[in-house]
Amino acid sequence: MPEQTFILNGKKVTVDVEDDVRVLWVLRDILGVTGPKYGCGINVCKACTSHINGRAFNPCAVRVGDLEPTDHITTIEGLADTADGELHPMQQAWLDKDVSQCGYCQPGQIMAAVALVKKVRREGRSITDADLDQIRNICRCGTYSRIREAIEEGARNM
Amino acid sequence: MSGPTIDCERAQSGASERSGISRRKFFGYVVAGTTLVAAADIALSEPATAAVPSPPQVPELYDLNDLLTDATRATANLITVIINEDGTASFALPRAEVGQGITTSTAMIIAEELDLPVEKVKVTLADARPELLFNQLTGGSNTTISTFTPIRVAAAIARNALLEAAAILLGDEVNKLVAKAGVIQAPDGRSVGYGELAKRAAVSETKKVEVTLKDVSEFKVIGKEQKRIDARAAVTGRKVFTTDLRVEDALPTMVCRPPTLNGKPVKLLNEAEIRAMPGVTDVAMIDTGVAVRARTFGQCIDAVRAMQVEWKPGPVAGESDEDIVRKLRQAEIPLPKISELGLDKIGIGPVNLNLVKSIDADFLFYFRSNSALDTNSAVADVRKDRAEIWASLKSPIVTQQTIAAELGLPQHKVKVHVVDGGGSFGRRLFFDAALEAAKISKAMGKPVKLMWHRADDARAGRMHGMATSRVRALYTGKQVLAFLQNHTSIETDYRHGLGDLITASVANLPTGLGNLGFAETIFALTQEIPYNFGVVNQSLVETDQRFNTGSMRNIYSPDVRTAAELVVDQLAAAMGMDPLTFRRKFLKDKRVLACLNKVAEVGKWGRPLPKGMAQGIAIHKEYKTASACLVEIDCRPETVNRKIPNAVTGPRVTKAVYAIDAGLVINPTGLRAQMLGGINDGIALTLTSSMHLKDGHFLEASWDNYFYTRQWNTPPEVEIIVMPSDRKTPGGAGEAGVAASMAAVACAYARAVGRVPDYFPVNHRDPLAFKPKPFIPPIPQSPTNGLKLTW
Repeated sequence: MPEQTFILNGKKVTVDVEDDVRVLWVLRDILGVTGPKYGCGINVCKACTSHINGRAFNPCAVRVGDLEPTDHITTIEGLADTADGELHPMQQAWLDKDVSQCGYCQPGQIMAAVALVKKVRREGRSITDADLDQIRNICRCGTYSRIREAIEEGARNM
Repeated sequence: MSGPTIDCERAQSGASERSGISRRKFFGYVVAGTTLVAAADIALSEPATAAVPSPPQVPELYDLNDLLTDATRATANLITVIINEDGTASFALPRAEVGQGITTSTAMIIAEELDLPVEKVKVTLADARPELLFNQLTGGSNTTISTFTPIRVAAAIARNALLEAAAILLGDEVNKLVAKAGVIQAPDGRSVGYGELAKRAAVSETKKVEVTLKDVSEFKVIGKEQKRIDARAAVTGRKVFTTDLRVEDALPTMVCRPPTLNGKPVKLLNEAEIRAMPGVTDVAMIDTGVAVRARTFGQCIDAVRAMQVEWKPGPVAGESDEDIVRKLRQAEIPLPKISELGLDKIGIGPVNLNLVKSIDADFLFYFRSNSALDTNSAVADVRKDRAEIWASLKSPIVTQQTIAAELGLPQHKVKVHVVDGGGSFGRRLFFDAALEAAKISKAMGKPVKLMWHRADDARAGRMHGMATSRVRALYTGKQVLAFLQNHTSIETDYRHGLGDLITASVANLPTGLGNLGFAETIFALTQEIPYNFGVVNQSLVETDQRFNTGSMRNIYSPDVRTAAELVVDQLAAAMGMDPLTFRRKFLKDKRVLACLNKVAEVGKWGRPLPKGMAQGIAIHKEYKTASACLVEIDCRPETVNRKIPNAVTGPRVTKAVYAIDAGLVINPTGLRAQMLGGINDGIALTLTSSMHLKDGHFLEASWDNYFYTRQWNTPPEVEIIVMPSDRKTPGGAGEAGVAASMAAVACAYARAVGRVPDYFPVNHRDPLAFKPKPFIPPIPQSPTNGLKLTW
């Protein structure tokens, strides 16, 4: 069985698994990293949103064999370590606004929010309502307004 | 519904709860143990008019209950607050947390009576406790209504026991001691913490004690903003849902399902090939399909997609939406005629029938899915002599009983753990995945972690039945003489009963009569027209048992209310009155009126808006709560046609204002969160979300097929007002936000486009906004292009 190596939340990991298994299952079923959630498996619901080399990606849509040993994958479990403090400012904003209801989609929402802030900064601007309107992560509890408020607060502290 | 013994304290309590006034003296227990265990009977304050009603044939049920020896034990129904040596309190809540915030509100209630900081109260979800009978069902927005008093009693007894132990330790009188934040202080300044007292307050024999609860005016925790106690776990990825559990050897498992709804597997034609696939460990046929167990879910998906299965078609094979609409129409009963109403008996004097005018309206509501983001899932470990199940379950007792019967095991040999659910919306009243996982584990002889694929969860999971709602309103001059409504629906499945097998069996009687009895009872107990409309009559007809249905946040109210409020707007127009003025004139409930006035004021009812935009206003009353909603909708072409990739956009609700009087509010921020969810549900139900039945199966297989509200459709402006209430007891909240929201959006839409829609959601008959995924194989493959889509 092929050996797969990549960097997960700052640590090098090596897993024996077939090339075509999607990264989501390697994380969840083999490595026991369950912050990224399954919601559709076809890159629609965005519940598994994590970061690869600092950018948002959906591990349900990436074969583990396509990762390079130097690829840095950050899941919600590793997000806090990418910033000062016990929590990432976006996680803190989520607490301040009491965003979560069932909480199932929220790891993906937070990872998408952090990536969005970074993206608009790369583009030399700040977040607009149009940016928020285009976030695809579904929340079946309907926490959308609080997500929007939390992103604005989290961005201020990032 | 109460247990087999009704003592006077419970009876008294029930009466006072109904009137919304709380009484304060109760009996409970200090239970024998090595640490302090305080307890109360969970049925202590269960109101007779709980939102989940008594089933028919109540006397029979009481007799059957008597057979259950467990229930005859005096302490069988106890819920217990345990004081631990680290100074924390523990409580196992016999309900399901699915996002509605009941673990947080329960921690607050305990903290209040116990004088302990909220963060020191640890609330978990209780395993199935069959002795609780009807008292372990999470439904009907009933949790806080039914558990508020017993939990307080248990906590207050714990506090008293701690004070008594402290009095001995500190050598002072109980009434001179002060309990605060988990510490008891004597007048001389000496103090002792709850942790130190936990063992000292323990008793060797259970004793019955009386306790006086705090007065509402003394509350310091209840009614204050409290952030969720599980929020930190959620935002760090540590909150554990069913599929996150690590149960030894419970490998990922999925089911290959039939190409028509509820079809049956006949034979797996390529079993050897499937067994040889990478990662696959086991294959087994069960009644719902062919199950496969593998090292990863990805390998399960591969195996399911590779299966060649011979299927027997399901019961709706070949049928489509139009066929079901036709069947519903055939089941409708005529609305009463004017002459049948006895208008002379309603106290308005003689009515000249020639002057009576009628508004007849007819609305169709298509199938809608109650699928949560966390799909149906369960872990099952079935052995020869025992079984253990983990899942998010709102009716764990009937789950346990059904699985025990299925496996041929005694009930007590099946342990059922209730796990945090990633949403429910009615879905987790049933236990489809738990039962299926048990069957698979038995067939394979190994533990399994079953997860439904999204496509299955949407297509084959439970949904809200298609329904019609017809209204006839009679009026003369500026008086409404009668308001008649008949709701005709695809059968709503209530076979979870009241959470136990006995009432579930009543609902499951042959011919479906039992379930119909449930449906009629629930309809009668939940539906209400809170207007002075003369003769009011609402009735229900249900038909067709072939679909997988159930409650959907909530049951009948959103559709029934939407139909009614659209007719209210038409009555107002017929009388030349503004919708707000009309409602003010005819509303008969002061709490609803206060909510209406509040949203009208905050939402600036009547403010000028450009053509193509409009406001809508609607009310609702249910679950001991009153509410009103005002929305503004933008139906201008530039908005309706705005482009978001792969999205259904359409009309946008730009503002929502919601006012709710939920009686005594435990946690205002939690209540507002529930209303926020209800608003987004209401928008989806009116504008975008439905299931299309075509050739025997539903087409929607993903969140980009089934259009629940997304960020591009959520209102940019939302204001939720928690109204001050004169009620001293809590009302229900989990479902209270949907009906008024759905109705307000429908009323706004009708005014914006100048036409009252006669079906919902309003986009259902538009050309399909997606290409349906195939039915064979039943689930789509995961893409591989994710690295090209990073951002």
